[in-house]
Amino acid sequence: MRILVCVKQVPDTTEIKIDPVTNTLIRAGVPSIVNPFDAYALEVAARIKDHTPDTSITLLSMGPEQAKNALKECLAVGGDKAYLVSDRAFGGADTLATSYTLTNAIRKLEEMDGAFDLIFCGKQAIDGDTAQVGPEIAEHLDIPQVTYAVEAEVKDGEIFVKRETGDGFEIVAAKLPCLVTVTKPAFDPRFPSIKSKMAANRAQIPTLTAEDLPIDRERIGLKGSPTKVKKSFTPPRKQGGVLIQEADGEAAALKLFAVMSEANFI
Amino acid sequence: MEAKNRNLWVFVESDENGNARNVGLELLTPGRRLADQQGGALVAVVIGCGVEKAVEEAAAYGADQVIVTEGEEYRQYTTDAYADALCTLVEKYGPTTLLIGATNVGRDLGPRVSCRLKTGLTADCTSLDIDEATGNIAWTRPAFGGNLMATILCPDHRPQIGTVRPGVFKKGVKEEGRTAEVIREEVHVLPERIRTRIVEVIRETGAENVDLEGAQVIVAGGRGVGGPEGFAPLKELADLLGGVVGASRAAVDSGWIGHVHQVGQTGKTVGPKLYIVCGISGAIQHVAGMSSSDTIIAINKDPDAPIFGIADYGVVGDLKTVIPALIREIKKSRA
Repeated sequence: MRILVCVKQVPDTTEIKIDPVTNTLIRAGVPSIVNPFDAYALEVAARIKDHTPDTSITLLSMGPEQAKNALKECLAVGGDKAYLVSDRAFGGADTLATSYTLTNAIRKLEEMDGAFDLIFCGKQAIDGDTAQVGPEIAEHLDIPQVTYAVEAEVKDGEIFVKRETGDGFEIVAAKLPCLVTVTKPAFDPRFPSIKSKMAANRAQIPTLTAEDLPIDRERIGLKGSPTKVKKSFTPPRKQGGVLIQEADGEAAALKLFAVMSEANFI
Repeated sequence: MEAKNRNLWVFVESDENGNARNVGLELLTPGRRLADQQGGALVAVVIGCGVEKAVEEAAAYGADQVIVTEGEEYRQYTTDAYADALCTLVEKYGPTTLLIGATNVGRDLGPRVSCRLKTGLTADCTSLDIDEATGNIAWTRPAFGGNLMATILCPDHRPQIGTVRPGVFKKGVKEEGRTAEVIREEVHVLPERIRTRIVEVIRETGAENVDLEGAQVIVAGGRGVGGPEGFAPLKELADLLGGVVGASRAAVDSGWIGHVHQVGQTGKTVGPKLYIVCGISGAIQHVAGMSSSDTIIAINKDPDAPIFGIADYGVVGDLKTVIPALIREIKKSRA
């Protein structure tokens, strides 16, 4: 079986601080990490590989050259091969242009080595938080999608996915090929071994540029993006609320009760 | 595609009983304002099987027109059937704007539809306006885990589509008996087009009582609650205030409470009138899911917990004494 996992390198948004003077994002010194949902997607894929003979996992990322570091991290925990899609012409792409570009890269990889049976993506990337690129790739490829997956297994040529719904879970079966987006599962991604880490560091990661792909130049980058960012700003911060600090919990509760009564919450 | 009119559509999602989910009705509120500004009609779109109640509700909450597509193939949500139906309707009628609730269903459906129509989608919006210079919808949404807001336009493609978080807008006043023009559209999807099938539905116990997205009051607990039993007083407080219990990812991951209670980046986004946050430090992933609450009360032992930075009222103290004492006071006041 051939599995593709899409990976994005993102700034660790939990480390982002706001400059208190200018009220802008401080990006300097923020570490770059593998998007956590993509790491979960890779783990779900790796578990299928553990149980399915002759399975390979190909990794695909789009971004600047340094995104190869994220791909190497993924190679160390279950990926067999990795490719980076990178070109200035792709810059400024929104999700439609990004998914179009990635779809063309996927077609190129399929031409080279054969069709993928499964494509995994994280539910969303923690920088953009759109959750759009996965389903859009599925649409471009005209294959089924299952989103919000927490577990997946392959049986008799179908994939069975446990996915989160608004009020619990459901098990969805889909024919292959299929695209699955993964949210936080009940298990943690595996750790690399020293050996797998060293091998990943030595791995050659080919770069696919716009020249290498059969793309329509009108549909990539900023030009190919229907959505335009008009402005961005840091959200207005609530100015210090009322702090209740009392000698004991009882006294604090009394004060809180008074506040809540006044605001008609009781 | 080109828009054929100035109409604004709201996709009104229905549940398995054919009732409209709250977020669809909430979206009729900004939908009305934006449709008036755009100079078009406000149209609700309902897809399902046995959805008369959703149609009535859409009319009662202000839709001028309701387009209904029904069929057995829509009884349960599947990406393929719903995407086919919605795209067919959009192509036929050509609205200029489409709003979809950012539920698990809406965020599964939205990108599929926008991609097929080769137009722009802005996900998870928290505010909607008209851009004065161009007349386009100005979609504002958080990114970077809520650290940054961006306002997005879709100037040259139609329809302009956005998903909007539940709880951001409030439902309008329900006008019982208000009617709207109802248009029934027969759109059918061949069984072989539907490439997924639902094998099993696993409901979490009590899930039907955990409508976080529709709740006016949420009492949420995190690691500081201490264990599964620590949620009992939170439940009691929530019941007294007519609310429901929420949880942080730490509490859900520890197995103390089911994931349907989870608020935050990996859970639900909520916007109740009152959010009481107990023993949650205030990691950005949690805050991203609840920061649009009207009033936030934080109870935490650690005076330096970041949650106090966004709380309207902060109580520095042990929730194990504060909450039972608060419950006693509330009961005393009602006795």
